[in-house]
Formats: sequence, structure tokens, C-alpha cells
Amino acid sequence: MINRRDALARVALLMGGAVIGADYFLTGCSPSSSDKAQDKTQAKASGPPKEVLDAKQQAYLDEVGETILPATKTPGAKAARVGSFMAVMVRDSYKPADQEIFTKGLTQLEEASQKMNGKGFLESTPAQRTALLTALDAEQKNYGKTKTPEQPNHYFRMVKELTLLGFFTSEPGATQALRYLPVPGKYDGNVPYKKGDRAWATT
Amino acid sequence: MEKNTYDAIVIGSGISGGMAAKELTEKGLKTIMLERGRNVEHIKDYVNANKAPWELEHRGGKTQQMIADYPVLGRDYTLNEANLNFWVNEKDSPYVEVKPFDWFRGYQVGGRSLMWGRQSYRWSDYDFEANAKDGIAVDWPIRYKDLAPWYSHAEKFAGISGNRDGLPQLPDGDFMPPMEMNVVEKDVAARIRKNYKDRHMVIGRTANITRPHKNGRINCQYRNKCWLGCPFGAYFSTQSATLPAAVATGNLTLRPFSIVTKILYDKDTKRAKGVEVLDAETNQTYEYYAKVIFLNASALNSAWVLMNSATDIWDGGLGSSSGELGHNVMDHHFRAGAHGEMPGYEDKYVYGRRANGIYIPRYRNLFGDKRDYIRGFGYQGSAGREGWSREIPEMSIGGEYKDALSEPGNWTMGITGFGETLPYHDNKITLDKTKKDKWGLPVLAMDATIRDNEQKMRIDMMADAQEMLEKAGLKNVKTYNNGYNMGGGIHEMGTARMGRDPKTSVLNGYNQVWDAPNVYVTDGAAMTSAACQNPSLTYLAMTARAVDHAFGELKKMNL
Repeated sequence: MINRRDALARVALLMGGAVIGADYFLTGCSPSSSDKAQDKTQAKASGPPKEVLDAKQQAYLDEVGETILPATKTPGAKAARVGSFMAVMVRDSYKPADQEIFTKGLTQLEEASQKMNGKGFLESTPAQRTALLTALDAEQKNYGKTKTPEQPNHYFRMVKELTLLGFFTSEPGATQALRYLPVPGKYDGNVPYKKGDRAWATT
Repeated sequence: MEKNTYDAIVIGSGISGGMAAKELTEKGLKTIMLERGRNVEHIKDYVNANKAPWELEHRGGKTQQMIADYPVLGRDYTLNEANLNFWVNEKDSPYVEVKPFDWFRGYQVGGRSLMWGRQSYRWSDYDFEANAKDGIAVDWPIRYKDLAPWYSHAEKFAGISGNRDGLPQLPDGDFMPPMEMNVVEKDVAARIRKNYKDRHMVIGRTANITRPHKNGRINCQYRNKCWLGCPFGAYFSTQSATLPAAVATGNLTLRPFSIVTKILYDKDTKRAKGVEVLDAETNQTYEYYAKVIFLNASALNSAWVLMNSATDIWDGGLGSSSGELGHNVMDHHFRAGAHGEMPGYEDKYVYGRRANGIYIPRYRNLFGDKRDYIRGFGYQGSAGREGWSREIPEMSIGGEYKDALSEPGNWTMGITGFGETLPYHDNKITLDKTKKDKWGLPVLAMDATIRDNEQKMRIDMMADAQEMLEKAGLKNVKTYNNGYNMGGGIHEMGTARMGRDPKTSVLNGYNQVWDAPNVYVTDGAAMTSAACQNPSLTYLAMTARAVDHAFGELKKMNL
């Protein structure tokens, strides 16, 4: 079914690892038994989904996202409204434990900003924001080196993942940072490429 | 009774049921096709086929609610936001797993022909003679020559694109022009040819048309969104191909929401006289009558229908006198192979999204090769440049990082083996009468697993993949074995096998139930062995052959 050769053989993983939460990408891993238990509790929930991130937090995440993927010659994460995308994904696709890590992570990020730059993230200069998130990215990468599947995820990895996913699958990301071709009409397996040419939005 | 009487009844509307309906109606037989699920109208009901990624709330991914609602589908890539409505509601239609079994079902008009993988390969006499040569299970009652003209018939109608590669284990067919390998695949193919006498890498043969075809079908537009339903009708499905052909004859009645609960068996004539239908919406029961019945409910559900039929005569149901009904469950085991990086080719890229990959036909235990297991496997795979989801270890965040991710990354290539599973009598499905579905019907209990032969084969599936890719110039080649449950290949087969002897098989050489010769079973249930090629083309060929036989028998008043 579908393109299993792509789904399985090429093992697309975000940033070289499995995606947190409900995997958007095709990891080919089955959920652990603890995941299954959690799925059952989740299934009992009813009614409209409870918002996890409010408008203020979404605006905050737009700024964080913009620092991760800023506007260059093409639009950045803020133009793609990654904050509201993250709110949807954290609400619907994250397990409760990951939702908690994510929301607590926003406080941790703010505390880290105070510690490093002596002010909140939104009050920081672009250079200060970049310095902070570069440090947090190093921290999450370092944590990821020894992390076992049972150990909690790192909040900044979540933020970064959702920023990438939200941006490159958004309209500005897919059509301006990347090239989006809804109906290619033909296939050519050998076209010239030169450095700087944008990638196709979907493979 | 008269208004419920037809010349022929087809149970199921997927790949083989649609073909049965087309062939029967084209021969002038008034036919009713019964489908347990809802109707899906071609193009109109492909609700996400033209959506951009950003138009899907979760960008095509999974939610926790989906994972909770679809615990089986969620075991693989199959659970996704974009075509969720093509997959069975698991709460309505449960089953029992005595052993883990992945059963991915599509209960709607078109069945899984809407979401299938479209890879279409002929089997050869290496496959049809295998059981006899190995002395296992029972011999196929047919050989390649019996099916060859029907393969042609099916290929010409369905539209199979492929290259004529001249390989005895993968006979050539009546193909539309092949799709193209990309630049890296071409070089890898050439190196495999150089490195191995009997191994070949060819372009996949796929039921995507590469030039316009019957029924207003437009050639593939290289969107690679097939499983959402194709607005161009570019891949073979019931909706794009067999249904419009059957409708055009004026002889078809299609009845969705029709769960066939049993075949009505007349013990005096030793024939089926019709079927009982439970309307899935109203819960009303109806009977339909016909001279001939084609059972195409998909391998496991066709066995389910038989198990529920004629139980007043045979406890185990129609076709159970052999002791083989529901046994010999087969599939293709996969999710093991290798992938790596191809250095260079930085100045090369592709245009378009090819709905196809490469294929490496079986070479193990052929042409003098001998392993510590029998049979073999083929590989499917592809090469491509990495996208934005790749890791760039030396970069962190920022504008340069974004711009780097906006360009394609390195070339990578991966291949995954699809291996033959043997027909083990002990791999079986049974009726579990203690558990009921939404309609109060007993459900299937699955008790099947791969065994020693398959486990040994999986070691080769990984090791051979690694060796071939490394010898072809790929670097950092890694093997993987992501585990496999029976059913996961979505190639269920064998539960009402064909054979030469009614004591050891459910069907004869024309797919007729030995105990009711006007009932033909022409889906995966009929398979006597599994080979390692994707099976759907064989179902199409077998179905057309069986309809031709049934038509002849009807004329001779034999049914």
C-alpha cells in the first residue's frame, strides 16, 4: 500500500530522530506498552478538545519560531504562524505527559532567558534570542545523546520540531522557502541542480 | 423473489470483485455487486486529493484520538489524517488476535483498490511449481501457461506501466511505457548488474497509466498522492476502471451497505442458490439469488462468509470438508532491509513525484542458489535527495540553517524486502462466536505467525541489502528490521486454497468451491502459495479466467 518503499526504506525522520508525539513521519516503530496504556486513557476523554496554549503563548511561540527559522530572502516561521500550528499539534497530537513538558518548557525557556540575558525572551534583542536558543538547542542535542525512550522528552526539541514541521508544510514555507508543485505532470529523474536551487516541498 | 434474482452475484467490490463484475456484465450477465460499506464516488468523494499540505489541520499526521480509535491501523504508516475515511472503523468491526495480526481493511465501494500500492507483477512457474518441488502443502492446480493470457487481459485493461526486462522469474507482460529510474537508481542498477550475475534492479511495474487509457483515464501526473484517490483516474481502482466498464454494459446493480452474512446452499442441487444480506444501515435482512456467485470479500472475509454458510451440513461451513478452510494464512513479511547515503550527484535532482520505485526480483534459491531456507524475497525501494526533515549536525538554528534546509540534502537510497511466507496449516483464522461486531455477527480470530523459514530469510533480507548497496557505492549503509506481524504486508492469502484434491483444498483449478461449483472465490483466499511478488495482478488474471470458465459452464448448463 501507498509507497512503502519510501515509508520504510528511506526512513524519514525529523532532525535525525523519531518525532515526538504522534509521529508525523514514518518511523516504523510500534508504540511501547506504556504508550498503549496512555492511549486508552486518552480514548475516554470526550467533548471538544481542551486548548493547551492560549493566544499569548502562541504569539510567544511565533517569536521563538522566528528565531529558529527567521525570515531571510524568504519568509520565516512567524509568517507561517507556527505558534497557532503548535497549539493545534500539542493539543491534539501530544500525549498528556508531553503536553505538560511543553507548557512547562515555555516557563523554563523564559527562566533561561532571564538567566542568560537578564530579561525575558520577548524583551531580548535578536542577537540575545539567537544566543539563548542556540544554547538551548545544544542542551537538547546533548540530552538526546543519552536519552532512552522512557526518559522524558526535552521541551526545546519539541519546539524546534514543531517549528520545522509547521514552517515547511505551511503555505509560505512550502511555496516560498521550498518549491511547491501540485501537479508536476511528468517525471524527470535527472535534472540539473545548482547550489541555491530550492528543494521540492513534498518528496 | 424475481426482483432479487440476477444471473450473477459478486460479493465485494475491491480489486477482484470489481474485475468479476466487469467481466460478468461484459458477457451479458445481469449482475449485482454487494459491498458491505458505503459508496465512494470516483473523484467526487476523494475529499483530500487536491488539498495542499497546509490545508490539513495536522498536516497529514496523527492525533491521539486517531491513535485511540484506530489501534491496529496505527501500527504502521497507514494511520494518517489524509485518507482516514478509507479505512475500516475498528470499533464497529473488531477481531481477535490469538497472535498479533495486523489487519488493514477498507470497507467501502472499491475496497482497498483505492489505497493499494499498485505494484503489479506476474508470477512464474518458479512460483506455481514451488509447493510440488519442495513437497510442502499442496500443488497448485494451475501453471503459468494457464494464467498467461489472462495476465495479458488484465494488464491491457488495468494499464500496467513497466519495462520488459526478460527475467524468467518475473515474466514480462503487456505494459504501458515504463516509468523512469532516477540518475542514482540507474547507476545503482548498472552496478548491481555488474556485481551479480543473477540480480537485477528494474523499474517497478505499477498500475499507474503512463498514457491516456479507457474510460477517460488520464495518464499519471506524478503527484504521488494515489492513496487519496486520483482525480485523474491514473491508477487502477474499481472506481477508475472496472466499475465504469461494468456500469456501461447496463447489466450492473451496485448495492452498498450490504453485508453478506451467508451463501444460501441448496443441498439437493449441491449448488448455492443465492446469498443472505444484512443491510448495514437498516439491519434488515434480504436474500438475493443467482446462478453463479463470485466471492471476492478479501481473503479473510471470504473465508468468513464460507464459514458462516451451509453450517447445517458442514459444521465448519461451506468448503470446510477439506479441513483447510481458514487455514494456510499467508502474507508477505517485510520491514527489513537497508538504507544508506550515495556520495556525489550534488548537481542532480528530480522533477515530479514518481508514484513508483525500483524492484529487485527474487534471486534466492533460484538458478542454482541454495540457502538454509526455501523460497525468497524481492526488494522495493527508491533513491532520492533528503528533504527539510534531515539533520544537519553542524548547524543549530537561524537564517543559514533555514536556507540550508530549504535546499535538498544528500542522496540516499533504501530497499526493503518483501518475503514469501509458507502455507502452514497451523496458521489459521477461526470464527469467534463469543465476540460480535456492531451488527451482532461473529468475528474472526487470527492465529498465525511467521516461522523459522521466514526468520532465516529476514537475515538475508538485511544482509543482502547491505551488501548490494555497499557494493553499488553507497556509504554509511545501515540495516533495519522493524519487526513484522502477520497481515502487515496487507497481502493476506491462502484461507480457501486452490488444489487438485477436494480432500486437501477448498477450491479447484478454476476457483470453484469443490462443494458448490457455482461459487467461485478469486481473491487472495484462493492462493496455494504466496510467492514474493505483490499479488493483486494475479487476482485480476485469476478472476477474469474464472469468469470465462463460469460463463462457459453456464452455457453448458453445468452450474
